[in-house]
Amino acid sequence: MPQMNMVQAVNSAMDVMLARDPAVVVMGEDVGYFGGVFRCTEGLQRKYGEHRVLDTPIAEGGIIAAAIGMGVNGLRPVAEIQFADYVYPAFDQIVSELARLRYRTAGEFSAAVTVRMPCGGGIRGGQTHSQSPEGIFTHVCGIKVVMPSSPYDAKGLLISSIEDDDPVIFFEPKRIYSGPFDGDPNKPAVPWSTHPKGEVPAGHYTVPISRAEIVRAGSDLTVVAYGTMVHVVEAAVRLAGVDAEIVDLRTLVPLDTDMLCSSVCKTGRCVIVHEATRFGGFGAELSATVQEECFWHLRAPIQRVTGWDTPYPHAFEWEYFPGPARIVAAIKTVMEAT
Amino acid sequence: MVKASRLHVPHPPARPGDRPDFDYVRISAAGAVARPEITVAARDIEALAVDMVRVLDDEQRAVGPWNPHLDPQELQVGLRHMLLTRLFDERMQRTQRQGKISFYMKSSGEEAVSVAAAMALRPDDMLFPSYRNQGLQVARGRGLVDLMCQLLSNTHDMCKGRQMPVMYHWRSGNIFSISGNLATQFPQAVGWAMAAAIKGEDRIAASWLGEGSSAEADFHYALTFAAVYQAPVILNVVNNQWAISTFQGFAGGEQRSFAARGPGHGIPGIRVDGNDFLAVYAVTQWAAERARRGAGPTLIELVTYRVSAHSTSDDPARYRPKEEWHAWPLGDPIARLEQHLIGLGEWSAERQEALRQELEAHIAACWKESVSYGTYSEGPSLDPATMFEDVFKEMPTHLARQRDELKALLKSRGS
Repeated sequence: MPQMNMVQAVNSAMDVMLARDPAVVVMGEDVGYFGGVFRCTEGLQRKYGEHRVLDTPIAEGGIIAAAIGMGVNGLRPVAEIQFADYVYPAFDQIVSELARLRYRTAGEFSAAVTVRMPCGGGIRGGQTHSQSPEGIFTHVCGIKVVMPSSPYDAKGLLISSIEDDDPVIFFEPKRIYSGPFDGDPNKPAVPWSTHPKGEVPAGHYTVPISRAEIVRAGSDLTVVAYGTMVHVVEAAVRLAGVDAEIVDLRTLVPLDTDMLCSSVCKTGRCVIVHEATRFGGFGAELSATVQEECFWHLRAPIQRVTGWDTPYPHAFEWEYFPGPARIVAAIKTVMEAT
Repeated sequence: MVKASRLHVPHPPARPGDRPDFDYVRISAAGAVARPEITVAARDIEALAVDMVRVLDDEQRAVGPWNPHLDPQELQVGLRHMLLTRLFDERMQRTQRQGKISFYMKSSGEEAVSVAAAMALRPDDMLFPSYRNQGLQVARGRGLVDLMCQLLSNTHDMCKGRQMPVMYHWRSGNIFSISGNLATQFPQAVGWAMAAAIKGEDRIAASWLGEGSSAEADFHYALTFAAVYQAPVILNVVNNQWAISTFQGFAGGEQRSFAARGPGHGIPGIRVDGNDFLAVYAVTQWAAERARRGAGPTLIELVTYRVSAHSTSDDPARYRPKEEWHAWPLGDPIARLEQHLIGLGEWSAERQEALRQELEAHIAACWKESVSYGTYSEGPSLDPATMFEDVFKEMPTHLARQRDELKALLKSRGS
């Protein structure tokens, strides 16, 4: 089976879908001739032409609006927002339009738009190239929110997203584009070829939306994460020396509540980890859900490990990033509670 | 000479109690503006963004190169659509005052903007309206019962009770859903048109917004994308002088015409008498042919006047002279087309009155039928559990659980 990093996997997903479905178009800033600033669309315009892979003006609101109009006219646009940090000019078009079109027209109109955007920190990007705004989108009714943690899942989930008739916000954790990251920036980079999920089928396959995955089975506690943090959690669990069950959510909306809660009901302890800021973040929803569903099985208060509630600081990236040390501390807290 | 920096705060020429003053509206003589070739370059017709295309002169005779030479029968259809739109508006306003519907927005005085444009386009062209374009629905033959049921949020409401009154949509009639968030439809129309071009179709898109919402970024996205991709789209700015309480100066109209924003993007901008049915028809036809032939987009500014309040929640007497409408120099689109037809010997005051009575009876019959399907406050009513449908194509489990929770609650209440 071919080895791919996450950039190649995302590229392969679009390649497969452009070939299979003439309605699929790819659009965004620098995605055409140049192939994208992260190279996710490299070669696609050469292969499918300028009418299928479009460079766009630098206007995120215009990109999403145009994608909506194309979707209404029967196309299946895959729009790239160059960095998740740049999505805000498109917020109205996503929240008021894309997410609600099916609802407000009682199903008469809809737009099957996939919005891809690289997110997350750990790349010295400062506050305008490091954000994890997934919680802003999970609060919106009518869009699905996906964040893969590996090349295999990225390709399978992106194909599922493009084939989905509902709009999908597809977050790509850019720190793990080229390899899994255990949270220690001083260690040499590890390529995806060392990871089983770096093996990616060349053709069409799907990973279902709305299904979490247990990436490590265990009995002491449940650690919930998604995106980059899945790998940081794996490292932290090794450091802590506990038999943790690690749940990779993969899809945030609609949430796989069954898998999450059956794991916590089994282990009785829960740590929630995300890069995004804490207050009102997606971890709060997870914590509330676990409390509602698993209260009588819990043996310790739920802990959250997240980015601090500040903008992402350029010079203090590794003090900000919720790395293994903070995750280990949270694991200890829930394990020591009686 | 300006000696220091200053903050200019635009003021309308007249406030309540003042004499109305429309000197700022630059008007060309009917027939005075040349009609360029369809394929002309935007830079060669910049004057059209400043002048005003008019066909009907002061005696309501059709003159000049923009005269679309329509058959009298077609003009009579246009008159009928405009009058039906106006009478429908008046009746729905009254039903709101009687508490039968929660909200309404009239388009009085702006009927030509929608009706003439819809008639100049093909039925399969896609329309992306604003909230004051009910004439598009009427001209495309939408049943009034459908519109009324939406206003009533009743069991036949196309929106299933999810939208405020006037936020219609009509997929089979190729009219897009109206959004309460202004200007969002403008760049969406461009995207739709891009898709038509990608697919190699000759359908085009048209969209409308008010001059006030041309200040939104979406307006500029639309012009940029339309220009970059030469999309087959017609972008219409309905300059009705007022955006709720702010006059057109607050959208930048003091400095340049709204049509003049087109040439800045390399798009032809045409300023047209929006109360002249023939001029609106002719300019739309010109832009449609241009778009269909691959010559790209057109920005049209329709100069008109919002005769009524912004909505039933608004009282314009608080911010503009009460009788300002009577001083509006471009008159009433319905009266002007009526006079034109009478001048042709194809219409009469008697026929106009007979038409009015026929349409009022039609509206009354439609209303009677519509309320039989329920009203906002009286049954029969929609099942509230339907609110969970169409959030997604298939209902996810968390919504199914919430729906069941509501159903149980309603059952326990005995409703």
